[in-house]
Amino acid sequence: MNSETQSVSAASQSYPDRLQSKLRRVLVSWELLLLCVAVFIFWLNTQASPYFLDPWNLSDATFNFTEKALIAFAMALLIISGEIDLSVASIIALSSTAMGYAVSIGMGTTELLIIGPLVGLACGAFNGLLVTRFGLPSIVATIGTMSLFRGISYIILGDKAYSGYPSDFAFFGQGYVYWVITFEVVLFAVFAIIYTLLLHRTSFGRSVFAIGNNPTAALFSGIRVNRIKFILFLLTGLMAGIAAVCLTSRLGSTRPSIALGWELEIVTMVVLGGVNILGGSGSIPGVVLAAFIMGLVTFGFGLLNVPGIVMSIFIGLLLIGVIGLPRVWTKGLHFWKSIVSR
Amino acid sequence: MNETAQHSDSIKPLLELSGISKNFPGVRALSQVSLELYPGQVTALVGENGAGKSTIVKILTGIYQPDDGRIDINQKQTRLSSPQVASQVGITAIHQETVMFDNLSVAENIFIGHAPKNMWGLIQTKKMHQDAKQLLERIGANLDPSIELKNLGIASKHLVGIARALSVNTQVVIMDEPTAALSYKEIEELYVLIERLKAEGKAILFISHKFDEIYRIADRYTVFRDGEMIGKGLLNELKEAELVKMMVGRDVTGIFPQRTGTLGETVLEVKHYSHPTEFDEISFSLRRGEILGFYGLVGAGRSELMQCLFGISESSNGALTLDNRTLHIKNPTQAIDNGIVYVPEDRGGQGVVTGLPIFENITLPSLNKLSNRGFLSLAKEFSIARSYSEKLELRAASLDQHVELLSGGNQQKVVIAKWLATQPKVIILDEPTKGIDIGSKAAVHAFMRELADDGLAVIIVSSEIPEVIGMSDRIIVMREGLMVAEYSKATVSPELIVRDAAGIAEHVA
Amino acid sequence: MNNWRRLITRDVVLGVALLAVIALVSTRAADFSSVKNLASVFNDSSILIILALGQMAVILTRCIDLSMASNLALVGMTVAMLNSNFAAIPIPILVIIAIIMGAMLGLVNGLLVWQLEIPPIVVTLGTLTIFRGIIFLISDGQWINAHEMSPAFKAFPRSSILGVTVLSWSAIVAIILFAVLLTRTAAGRAFYAIGGNPNAAVYTGINVGRSRCLAFVLAGAVSGFAGYLWVARYAVAYVDIAGGFELDIVAACVIGGVSIAGGLGTVAGATLGALFLGVIKNALPVINISPFWQLAISGSAILIAVGFNAQSERRTGRIILKKAEQSS
Repeated sequence: MNSETQSVSAASQSYPDRLQSKLRRVLVSWELLLLCVAVFIFWLNTQASPYFLDPWNLSDATFNFTEKALIAFAMALLIISGEIDLSVASIIALSSTAMGYAVSIGMGTTELLIIGPLVGLACGAFNGLLVTRFGLPSIVATIGTMSLFRGISYIILGDKAYSGYPSDFAFFGQGYVYWVITFEVVLFAVFAIIYTLLLHRTSFGRSVFAIGNNPTAALFSGIRVNRIKFILFLLTGLMAGIAAVCLTSRLGSTRPSIALGWELEIVTMVVLGGVNILGGSGSIPGVVLAAFIMGLVTFGFGLLNVPGIVMSIFIGLLLIGVIGLPRVWTKGLHFWKSIVSR
Repeated sequence: MNETAQHSDSIKPLLELSGISKNFPGVRALSQVSLELYPGQVTALVGENGAGKSTIVKILTGIYQPDDGRIDINQKQTRLSSPQVASQVGITAIHQETVMFDNLSVAENIFIGHAPKNMWGLIQTKKMHQDAKQLLERIGANLDPSIELKNLGIASKHLVGIARALSVNTQVVIMDEPTAALSYKEIEELYVLIERLKAEGKAILFISHKFDEIYRIADRYTVFRDGEMIGKGLLNELKEAELVKMMVGRDVTGIFPQRTGTLGETVLEVKHYSHPTEFDEISFSLRRGEILGFYGLVGAGRSELMQCLFGISESSNGALTLDNRTLHIKNPTQAIDNGIVYVPEDRGGQGVVTGLPIFENITLPSLNKLSNRGFLSLAKEFSIARSYSEKLELRAASLDQHVELLSGGNQQKVVIAKWLATQPKVIILDEPTKGIDIGSKAAVHAFMRELADDGLAVIIVSSEIPEVIGMSDRIIVMREGLMVAEYSKATVSPELIVRDAAGIAEHVA
Repeated sequence: MNNWRRLITRDVVLGVALLAVIALVSTRAADFSSVKNLASVFNDSSILIILALGQMAVILTRCIDLSMASNLALVGMTVAMLNSNFAAIPIPILVIIAIIMGAMLGLVNGLLVWQLEIPPIVVTLGTLTIFRGIIFLISDGQWINAHEMSPAFKAFPRSSILGVTVLSWSAIVAIILFAVLLTRTAAGRAFYAIGGNPNAAVYTGINVGRSRCLAFVLAGAVSGFAGYLWVARYAVAYVDIAGGFELDIVAACVIGGVSIAGGLGTVAGATLGALFLGVIKNALPVINISPFWQLAISGSAILIAVGFNAQSERRTGRIILKKAEQSS
């Protein structure tokens, strides 16, 4: 019949790598939007307080986000893969408690630096096992371990606290590497680069994206879905352990309530950074920018003597706003078109 | 039946679609189609996968809005703006399995959305159960209305669906491949039921791939092909061959590419392959350059066997030898490393990773080969992706286009490209042309033959008889998880494999 | 045999486990199982029960509400301030204000989920911090202490009707209302349908977005109500009340067998889940275990419950082989 219509003209087709120029892709990227927000808040801060631009003040400001951001990097990968870990703050508590205990039986800084991350790793392995081996949904499994890990800290510590950390241990949370550059900032920068490379330049990172977009198709493409998810839980636990070292060192003491509520702040940071909470997309530079934004907001409001709790309103609005506004925009556009076409 | 046919010209259609068009990004799903459904008659909607049948069902049930065209119900123009509206005007769809709630009871499934309420607006559970019981009895089903649906088989679920259709005083019943997973006895019971619905004056849209079934139960036909309405009329005025020709748009025979190469040595040898629940005692061998076809009805265990060969599940017994090496394949990674790859039937769910661009899909299984100590080289990825896109004549604007924007046929090409990039020895294609347009279909067929002629061993699983016979050098028929017959190209005939697959021989003998 | 299986539901298992815990504790402290003590445990768990029921409605529709505790705190602070500034407002009016205000806050969540299609976890993570922040704004960080509240305000949840406190009655009424809502109304059954099979729900003409919005409004309303109960019972309101409680509420649901994947869960289950946490909290001091064990125990309970749920939800695949079918 009309089979002539199936023209076979595809043979001469050429395939450009990309349809959009690099410039265009940058222009429409989430990261650029975040950068604008960050610059704007930075500018607001300079207008609001003359003390803001002081290098030492800015250096202080970094403490607001470096530790959380360390975890957020690993959490970003985990969320991109379609899972989540709500137990990270409790891992900090347990890891910090373990370090406190180690000090109390006379161990030194070197041992602490091993114990902290190791406990984090063990907690991550436990989470990973629950999710990949026993097939529990990660959101509830890690709500469970969130109670469990912090609960163990409470059992060990009760209402007491560990302190008396060795004086050279203080470097990891309070020390300066050069001038106003703190050790934590260096750690933050190093891990930002490592995670950027890991997610965006390696086959591991590519697999993470594939799993988040479609775990079944990823499995059918020969990707070891469970193994990669397990590694991601391990990484998240490890980062929480490292953050525990920094935080414990900075505070100089351990209470079981340490880092309470951080899990939600970290997830907020990751989502604000453009990571899709349903998995499949996101970037580490986005998370870095989100960390800066959250740090700047906290610090700027702090200089203005606005309490931290109020800045949380701003963060909450930002979170809903940045995700909701594009949809308001498209919805509004639709509405407008429907009116015009009538 | 003859009576209704004779008078049908005087009957006005209950539901009339005209000039309906629907576009999706990159795909024209429906173009100016029309469809009429008459009260007390069954209209069969015939068409290959991807002809636009499911789109029209979604339009009728208010899920999709047509871009163009009009819908008349009882000669009154109607807009089916939402599923609520569609069900209010009396259109109900009975799908294969999707439209049911496993966690609700039978009675609730029947009455969801319109349960009997008391003066306080509360659901009258007791009355609902009684009414459900009555409806079920009316269609001859003996089911406990309080049982949760997940405890029922598919045939019983259909009955619940039909009871639901009756409960809302439905005028139009859409049955989308209702017999796909039913046994003979259950299909016969369904026919009785359809006759009863006809007697009650319902207009029935019956979607099926099985021609015997269509001629048995339907009064009228409408044929869709590539999103267009090709023909319609009374079935008793049309021969089956003509209907097939309308559906396919060409003669069924003589269009498949023929083998030019010679068969090489045996690559794959499978002996006594078994699985606890899916299949048993499967033995076959496959030679280089050969295309081996697997035919069977839906649920015969073919896909399960193939997925087991690919490492998705583990076999419980038996041996697999590849190039004279015995392997125990535990996961897909291992299968791919050894050169066995699988193009799944569920293209969107298991084949392509939607959300990732074309080139990332193509390189996904070869990432380890393409990376240097884990680090990727985009240049290498693009060059691999480009060479296979050219080879397969992929239609795409660029290599970073997301695969969900491609048509079904081109998505399939992406899946095949990703496997060719791994340089496999054995490629298994599970329903490779399901849901893709005719042009791409021919291209996939030609390409399959080319692969075999290049020395690859090919397995094709297909439910389309022309395809499986036309493409295969040898055909194995499966039924209920067992191998029931094997034919060479010379000895096979459509009648034979249909009988084997359905187990008719046993009934006759 | 089959009937037996149908009778042994998750709820029964959980109920038996709860009784076992109570019996076990009673071997160490006999009066733990006295009616008086059990009534006080129930009274103590009432707020959690009420909240868990609201959360369950949301989870049934495949959503989650992490803002419930913040909603509770914001409404609690609001009614406490109203009471301290305008002591003349009768308590029933305050309760109604609390419920309406909570429902409005829930509506914010619901509209964002429905109209803007933002994932519920993101929405409620946002409103969680926003609601908390607003408390600070309206209270200026000040506490409302017992002496600033009117006696009637504090006494109402403790006052007794037929020997049972109003607080306990609130939980009982909530249980009944939710049982009726979820089993006997179209809206409630729609929650189950949406969670069980959202695509099919669309086909059957259920408006998925609107139903979800309704679930959030319900969760908000009970949060608001619980807000009044909380500040009146503990006779104090400040920014951080019920901090972190949002996850306890989810935990109660999970222990109660409510599937986080939606569509599965019963009022009895959620109630028992909340009671389970309440019993453990009350039992520990009685048997001389440090209350610091509570968190770890409830964490383990969550993990066991989720593991149990995952096991029982695991579907058996289609069986093709005849012999396998017969032997199963």
